[in-house]
Amino acid sequence: MISRLSAISFNTFREAVRDRVLYNLILFALLLVASAPLFGEISIGLEKIILVNVGLSAISLFGIIIAIFIGIGLVSKEIEKKTLYTILSRPVRRWEFIAGKYLGLLMTLVVNAAFMTLGFYLALIVISRGLGKDDAVLLVGIYFIILEFFIVTAITLLFSSFSTPIFAAIFAFALFVIGTFAEDLRNFAALSTGLTKWLATVAVYLVPNFASLNVISQVAHAQPVSGQLILFNTLYALLYSAAATAGAVLIFERRNLK
Amino acid sequence: MAALEIQGLAKSYPTGFWRKTLKPALLPLDLTVEEGETFGFLGPNGAGKTTTLKLLMGIVFPTAGSARILGCHFHDPEVKRQIGFLPEQPYFYDYLSAPELLDYYAQLSGVSAEVRRQRIPALLERVGLADVGRKQLRKFSKGMLQRVGIAQAIIHDPRIVFLDEPMSGLDPLGRREIRELIQGLKDEGKTVFFSTHILSDAESLCDRVAVIHKGELRGIGVIEDLKSKSADQVEVIWHGAHALPAVSGLLTESHITGETVRGIVSTANSDMLLEKLRQQRAQLISFTPLHGALEDYFIAHTSEREQVKA
Repeated sequence: MISRLSAISFNTFREAVRDRVLYNLILFALLLVASAPLFGEISIGLEKIILVNVGLSAISLFGIIIAIFIGIGLVSKEIEKKTLYTILSRPVRRWEFIAGKYLGLLMTLVVNAAFMTLGFYLALIVISRGLGKDDAVLLVGIYFIILEFFIVTAITLLFSSFSTPIFAAIFAFALFVIGTFAEDLRNFAALSTGLTKWLATVAVYLVPNFASLNVISQVAHAQPVSGQLILFNTLYALLYSAAATAGAVLIFERRNLK
Repeated sequence: MAALEIQGLAKSYPTGFWRKTLKPALLPLDLTVEEGETFGFLGPNGAGKTTTLKLLMGIVFPTAGSARILGCHFHDPEVKRQIGFLPEQPYFYDYLSAPELLDYYAQLSGVSAEVRRQRIPALLERVGLADVGRKQLRKFSKGMLQRVGIAQAIIHDPRIVFLDEPMSGLDPLGRREIRELIQGLKDEGKTVFFSTHILSDAESLCDRVAVIHKGELRGIGVIEDLKSKSADQVEVIWHGAHALPAVSGLLTESHITGETVRGIVSTANSDMLLEKLRQQRAQLISFTPLHGALEDYFIAHTSEREQVKA
């Protein structure tokens, strides 16, 4: 089982690398480094805060876009091009295929994020002329971004297991946007009454809470992130992505692949 | 032990948006293939051949029935170690090279790293792709892809190989190469189950064939038996056109060229025809039993229903 999972995930990663997705992002990381001196010119004293906000938001947004646009094709492309036929005729369980694809895309996103983090830290060194003790907290922000990737990849895979790629992209992106306003949705549920309150409460629990994973502005101001939040967010991301991936498996297990 | 036992396997697809009706793609199919046999699954396009193979590979699920491969349930993942499959007009991961693709598939089939290292170059040599190096599959010709397809189907040394239209779309040279590869599998004692609509390929390779049409099994048997079933006519040529009116009732068709007549008669009526020709003092030139071809059997079993409807 492990060898099949690792073979499928490594092949998914290899496909992304050879599709040159990673190269575009490395280019972006380099552009970020090259543009670092500009931040100093436009905002004296605030350059570091702006760089952290722009840099981490870019790592997050680029990762989400890649997760959705590769994620929607993970299963549908294999069905459309019939490459899945030669996989399922082997001793590969359908859940292994889905899990392998999920892990492969996650591996791609983590490698992307690692390269972009490298570019981001280089830019930070250029602006701050070195790294301070406070800069370690930025890694927590990046860790939370990777947790976002766990969830977005899983929900994209879930939507793509029963929908067309375009609809899967729309659903996944819409859910991501709603999820970033999860705190507002929670406040709305608390203030409303009757059926609206009930529906809003259900939505609060179903929609992924990306708001609690977004600590960019907090770490930009060098404010520490509590260990409790790190633990809670880690468990939340793991459970949410496991549930969404399990949903994708349940649908895919019953699907006739025409 | 039977390599393949299909028991009432059937598939219908729902059609329509609101009121869904079931459209049958495969009517209940019963079929047994013995181990070591090369079995041809014949039928025109859209007959249900690919549906049958997709059902057997677990790509689609049956509406009814089941199958056993090498004695195990056909969905048992363990039995899939013994199965090789080449889909129709296969497309492979075109960003990989042939050795990378074979390594990937071998890993999925549980072949150890050491065996993979030895087997992949040997197999590439066997299918005539020893010199492709690290070239990506997107640069391969159709014939080369088909050979890669055969290689991936046998990389894990399976006992039974399923090939869906392995010669379709290939030029004569490519077809001959694939035919030789299938013959090689047959010589190794592997069970080969292949679907085709190219009858000459089935005739030259198969021990037995089944004919399927519109999702229904129309006939099954040893090729020589099937051919002899369609060979129940005799071609008779004689000199003496004056004899034709007396024998025309016995003939299924006739052509006159000057005084020479060529007639086709059923084997049952051939003695009577000879007797009448003797009475009419016609001069017999030749008497040739028509050698049946698989094509005759195929046409007879894939067109009769349409003729009845017409």
